[in-house]
Amino acid sequence: MTTEAGSETDVKKEPEKVPEVEQQQEQETVPPQTEEQSSKPAESEAPPTAAAAADQPQEENQIAEPQSEPEASASPDPSSPPAASAQKKEKGISRFLPPWLKRQKSQSQEKPAESPTPHTEPIEEKSVKEEDEEEKKSGDQPDGGAAERTEEVEVKEEAQSRPQEEEQEKEEEEKEKEEEKSVGSADTQPAREEREGEPEVKESEEKKEEKKEQEQVIQPEESAALLPHKLSKKMKMVVCHVTLLDGSQFSCEVEKRAKGQYLFFEVCEHLNLVEKDYFALSFKDNAEQRCWLDPTKEIKRQIRNSQWQFAFSVKFYPPDPSQLTEDLTRYLLCLQLRQDIASGRLPCSFVTHALLGSYALQAELGDQDPDEHRLDYISDFQFAPNQTKELEEKVMELHKSHRGMTPAQADAQFLENAKKLSMYGVDLHHAKDSEGVDIMLGVCANGLLIYKDRLRINRFAWPKILKISYKRSNFYIKIRPGEAEQFESTVGFKLPNHRAAKRVWKVCVEHHTFFRLTSPEQPTKSKFLTLGSKFRYSGRTQAQARQASTLIDRPTPYFQRTSSKRISRSLDGAPMVNISDYSRAVDSAAGGDNGPALELNSDSKSKLRVQGENIYVRHSNLMLEDLDKTQEDVLKHQASISELKRSFMEAAPEPRPSQWDKRLTGSPATTLRLQAPGSTEVKPEVNGQPEVVEVVEETVVIEEVVKAKPKSPTPEPESAAQDRSLSSDSESEDEAEYHAHTPSISVQLIKEEPEEELNQQAPPSEPEPITETEPAVPAPSAQTEEDEAPNGHSPIPEAPPTETEEEEPHIVNGGVSRVETEVICCSEPPVVKTEMVTISDTFAAQKTEISTKEVPIVHTETKTITYEAAQLDGNGDGEPGVLMTAQTITSESLCTTTTTHITKTLKGGLSETRIEKRIVITGDSDIDHDQALAQAIKEAKEQHPDMSVTRVVVHKETELAEEDD
Amino acid sequence: MRAMPASLSTAALRSDNVSPVDPLGVQREFDHYVSVLRDRLGLQVVMLPADEELPDCVFVEDTAVVCGSTALITRPGAPSRRSETVAMKGALTELGLNIVEMNDESATMDGGDVLFTGKEFFVGLSKRTNQRGAEILANTFKDYAVSTIPVEEGLHLKSFCSMAGPNLIAIGSSDAAQKALKVIQQMSDCKYEKLTVPDDRAANCVYMNLPGKGDVLLHCTPEVFPESAKVFERLKSHMLIPVSNQEKMKVDGALTCLSVLLRI
Repeated sequence: MTTEAGSETDVKKEPEKVPEVEQQQEQETVPPQTEEQSSKPAESEAPPTAAAAADQPQEENQIAEPQSEPEASASPDPSSPPAASAQKKEKGISRFLPPWLKRQKSQSQEKPAESPTPHTEPIEEKSVKEEDEEEKKSGDQPDGGAAERTEEVEVKEEAQSRPQEEEQEKEEEEKEKEEEKSVGSADTQPAREEREGEPEVKESEEKKEEKKEQEQVIQPEESAALLPHKLSKKMKMVVCHVTLLDGSQFSCEVEKRAKGQYLFFEVCEHLNLVEKDYFALSFKDNAEQRCWLDPTKEIKRQIRNSQWQFAFSVKFYPPDPSQLTEDLTRYLLCLQLRQDIASGRLPCSFVTHALLGSYALQAELGDQDPDEHRLDYISDFQFAPNQTKELEEKVMELHKSHRGMTPAQADAQFLENAKKLSMYGVDLHHAKDSEGVDIMLGVCANGLLIYKDRLRINRFAWPKILKISYKRSNFYIKIRPGEAEQFESTVGFKLPNHRAAKRVWKVCVEHHTFFRLTSPEQPTKSKFLTLGSKFRYSGRTQAQARQASTLIDRPTPYFQRTSSKRISRSLDGAPMVNISDYSRAVDSAAGGDNGPALELNSDSKSKLRVQGENIYVRHSNLMLEDLDKTQEDVLKHQASISELKRSFMEAAPEPRPSQWDKRLTGSPATTLRLQAPGSTEVKPEVNGQPEVVEVVEETVVIEEVVKAKPKSPTPEPESAAQDRSLSSDSESEDEAEYHAHTPSISVQLIKEEPEEELNQQAPPSEPEPITETEPAVPAPSAQTEEDEAPNGHSPIPEAPPTETEEEEPHIVNGGVSRVETEVICCSEPPVVKTEMVTISDTFAAQKTEISTKEVPIVHTETKTITYEAAQLDGNGDGEPGVLMTAQTITSESLCTTTTTHITKTLKGGLSETRIEKRIVITGDSDIDHDQALAQAIKEAKEQHPDMSVTRVVVHKETELAEEDD
Repeated sequence: MRAMPASLSTAALRSDNVSPVDPLGVQREFDHYVSVLRDRLGLQVVMLPADEELPDCVFVEDTAVVCGSTALITRPGAPSRRSETVAMKGALTELGLNIVEMNDESATMDGGDVLFTGKEFFVGLSKRTNQRGAEILANTFKDYAVSTIPVEEGLHLKSFCSMAGPNLIAIGSSDAAQKALKVIQQMSDCKYEKLTVPDDRAANCVYMNLPGKGDVLLHCTPEVFPESAKVFERLKSHMLIPVSNQEKMKVDGALTCLSVLLRI
């Protein structure tokens, strides 16, 4: 969804300016057409002249010699002649206020080596800081929230920049745009399609930059005078060498202060990889230890004095590779595993070596050709650490049996077998136990494994771990007490040194977040004078990655697997659009060529919002019980939800440092769930913004699940808080803590550990006696649910009420018809009664009316119910738009319910039809949800090619196993 | 399998010395066991000749761990039983298995301590099996996780547990058994179901998945363990075959001890 686009651009934003500057500087000395540019004509998206043109004015200023000819080319975009004229008019001023140069200067000043001008420094520092902050934001919020936030920023900036000279702004924007493009071309990267697909985001990015420029424009003029000689100092660029999984080298120039993610995205782009969340870059530190490159930090600071040499590798091994969407991703995973196997890092038996080797052969060479493939064809391959002739023969024998298998199938088979290996995805670290015995710590998807030699001597599943910390060279985990135990215990391990302890701690934090949480939590920034490591995993979690994967919508990228030519190349021109880009592309394209649409939107904005979500959807075999729920209940419920929302909005930004300690120890209160980052971000202010030309659509989806089963064993009251925080007592970088509480939502989303359910009917004892948090701080939602609970047993919501407010600034195209799809997956309804209330918080009158009519409880196979809502005579809040029809069609098959809500509105002579689809996939674990989801989206897309998916909710409810006896 | 030596009833190692073994009864039980495997289930039974010098030689399970096409010849914890492996090794070699031997002098292992679930190994650290033995097992079967389980009571890990289905662990009710199960569950990424039987020794059953017959389970008889047998009888999808093991139990022989099952 928007997730990817948002985070990606944020990520790119910063570093991208780097090559650009470089380019400009080169152009001072070299003729406008740099070698770089001319050598990559095919890849450049903007004509080289445009790039040159964009640089022209700058050159002028630098040399302070007015040139006449570049002016002609200075308006590269034919669609905006005013910009060009503005530029002309402005020439005089811009000589003194050259935003370009200043911005550039500010960058060069970021480097301590440059001689700073005392004059300009404070301001520039500020702008640098700002950049950092923005960067941080984006780093912290790589999920949906990131995109939203970016948008918000954009709006604000726009408002700020308004008072400034608009013409200049426009001109700059033009230049920016051109330059952006020229950067893309000057850059040595091939696949730029992705960028092309997200022009809107680019715009926001540009605006941000613009803002910085604006600020700098205010600078005293003297600084401008100083610029030319400053510019002559070259930006320091460093060449990074990245070893790819196929063994090839990828080199890439980055600015010395570039952050890890810049390089990572460059590599991913080179590989044409979309499902990148499982991968990362690593480097060897001075002690030859492999370290992961933190994407949010400067590369230079991380590698210290080591070489700029990196390896692209799998960081999070997907437990089920078949759930990956793209063959390319699977192929890369295969390459990693082949490396792991050949190096002995992933031990396996002779038979497995042979089998995996044979699949690798089939994938790379295809069917065995008895004539061509003599025994030596195989010796290029390494299948095992100690490859014997016997093994090679066995590999060939098995290779023969794979005849007809496609490379993708062979890779899939390879992974199916490899994933079962016990050391698959286990990241091992040497350590000593408390008694000084050599052991290995293995961090994996499910938790922490303790090995002594090859033997597993202990295992701590993530749900068992309450806290992860390190202090000096010690690494500690705090264990949740078992049934019989009263208190939690802490297990300590001795790592070889402090760095190793920190490394294992980091890996644990990352794995826990990636595999166990639904969304990463942002580091606690708010604390004043916090010491210790603030590190948190900032990437996407597996849940988010999977969600994003299901939405990938691009033709299967072409790549080669051959052993000789191992460098996989991206297919030139292959459109690489994932769904968010797609929708944006559609929208912006529509906006671009369609003036009237914009007009319409500007008067319709945010006033008419008839949503398909104002439906009461419930499902489960017990759902009939709730049928008699009155409308008042619905309203009450809704009120409580908006209450909840309000409290969230108020609470979210609050640092509340004193509460941390409370939270650390006890099982978190449900309210804290609301602190969850990303998707739960609420941005009410966007609605009212008059500047927003696009239709702001707001969808509030509130899900609430009530556990009605009387026997419900009230598992983990940890339901709410993703409770990780810095403890206040950490004194230095030498130590850090990580509280591994998990929100129950992730408990459902991620497979639950068996041990907790098998034997525990009673709620687990609280970690510390001080905090009987369970009933102590009930969230408003919990209270409302209690009313419905059949017994006194305080029901823990299966999924804590997730609030998601999505605003989508879409430019609706002329057709004014849009389709939104909402997909909700639920599983195993028989056990847990599930109630989902989805309420759009606008247009209340209409909503309630519809919701009373629509309680489509359809149990049977396929039924189509059509509701035609009564016409509303635009009462409400005096809408200019008139609702013509609102129609809801519900059809339900065994596992999917599709609700189509069609709303027709009449507005100033233009009728707008909005089709909203909500697809609910229900079923028990037997169903391949991902597939069902993908199928549903596909089908919806076939019907409405320009629809956008606004929301995908996956909802898993695991049946709690009962005692056997 | 291996034929029963006459010396079993008198010379076999035993943990308690309460009741004498009835030589005729033990032979009858053994014959029944063989006939179930061979006649009722149609398995090919390779019978090694008895060796009177080796009174415990009938308990072949302890001498080898077979998984896939690899057989690990163990180094039994009881010195008196070490020579039992010779015949076993010969037979398994003949069957075409890859033989790995536990040559390390410091390693000991009885197959009765090795629980293979189909997904991973659990090795009981007992009087008969030590850490080193488990390590060698882990090195032999590298595909699988090998977790160690302390066995505080009973002779072997499988004295109170065994597999009763593809994902089902039969477990005794004693504290030691339950404790071991806890460890098993904690150590595993897999989610096993459990079948708790009142009697520890009844928890040792022989599970086979046979083509055409599905899940087959050889378990204790209602005569010996009436309550436990009832638990087994609840396994509706299994082909249940009660097999008496009363006499061998007196020399710590469980149902699984008598055979090494392998698929060729």
